[in-house]
Amino acid sequence: MYGWIWRHLPGGTGLKTVQALVLLLAVCALLLFVVFPWVEPRLPFNDVTVGD
Amino acid sequence: MVDPDGDRPQERTDRWDRVPAMSGAPQRTRPPVPPRTGAHRAPDEDSPEPVRGDRWRSVARGLGELLVTCGAVLLLFVVYELYVTDLLTDRRQDQLAEQLQEDWAEPGPARDLREVEIGDAFGVLRIPRLGEDYARVVLEGTTEAELSQGPGHYVGTALPGEPGNVALAGHRVGKGSPFLDLDAMQPGDPIVVETADSWFVYRVLGDPATGDLAADPSGIPGRQIVSPAALEVISPTPNQAAGAAPSGSYLTLTTCHPRFSARQRLIVHARLDGAAMPKAEFPDGPPALWEG
Repeated sequence: MYGWIWRHLPGGTGLKTVQALVLLLAVCALLLFVVFPWVEPRLPFNDVTVGD
Repeated sequence: MVDPDGDRPQERTDRWDRVPAMSGAPQRTRPPVPPRTGAHRAPDEDSPEPVRGDRWRSVARGLGELLVTCGAVLLLFVVYELYVTDLLTDRRQDQLAEQLQEDWAEPGPARDLREVEIGDAFGVLRIPRLGEDYARVVLEGTTEAELSQGPGHYVGTALPGEPGNVALAGHRVGKGSPFLDLDAMQPGDPIVVETADSWFVYRVLGDPATGDLAADPSGIPGRQIVSPAALEVISPTPNQAAGAAPSGSYLTLTTCHPRFSARQRLIVHARLDGAAMPKAEFPDGPPALWEG
């Protein structure tokens, strides 16, 4: 998977490294600001109320 | 007696000799890694079988990368829960506090807390035991929408100063962690609620002289750990029937217990100490805030 991505990035090693970092940051941002906020309320360990 | 290992070197040499282009090489060196054609497994066949070995290798590598990725994502989720939600909530709390102060500063008729709607910020909770400058804006409602912003007030429970039980829920870990150290509360500790025009000082139940949280004359413990279904802790009189008339003015804080778990609930009960203190008289807060 990672090898495939690396081979398909254009440019030399330097350019590839920059692109790989950008991709990594994009994935992290997607997880932190979109995926996790959506997933979190569906998980059971955040209940602090009594009842229901 | 013949050395049993005597003929081994010769044998080994024979085997090495079979490796192409290695016959003259010293025995200590390892043969070069064969090219990834599968020739090392079936040197006599020149079939296109090598593809199969490659495929398995790709599958194994792909699986390994997938597992490593899952681990990294889970770690990132922990970082999110413990740190990123704190940052987001802290920012939201600052906004809410600013809004609330602006609202309160506006001249107008006295505000009726009973008109507060779900999702509205209506007061500030101060607990010196949890930090000298501990102040959290409290919102009406206890769904995740409110609790992700700050402690939430159970809809239908008493409002600050009223007879009955002011019940507040808050996150223990993450989302600003308002009630992270709630288990540190001692008998007599002040819990101060600030509303538009008054301060209310509640004190944790128990015996301040001995520090025994369970020894309150009312029989209500200052702290208890209950099952998540124990709705009676937020009854008008804690631990009594929900319909019973209140025997005083209480305040109850609920959060999850143990930390990082939702198995149980940590409950802290307090009782109103004295009457409401008008802000006009105590612009900087009640003396209870600095007694520690």
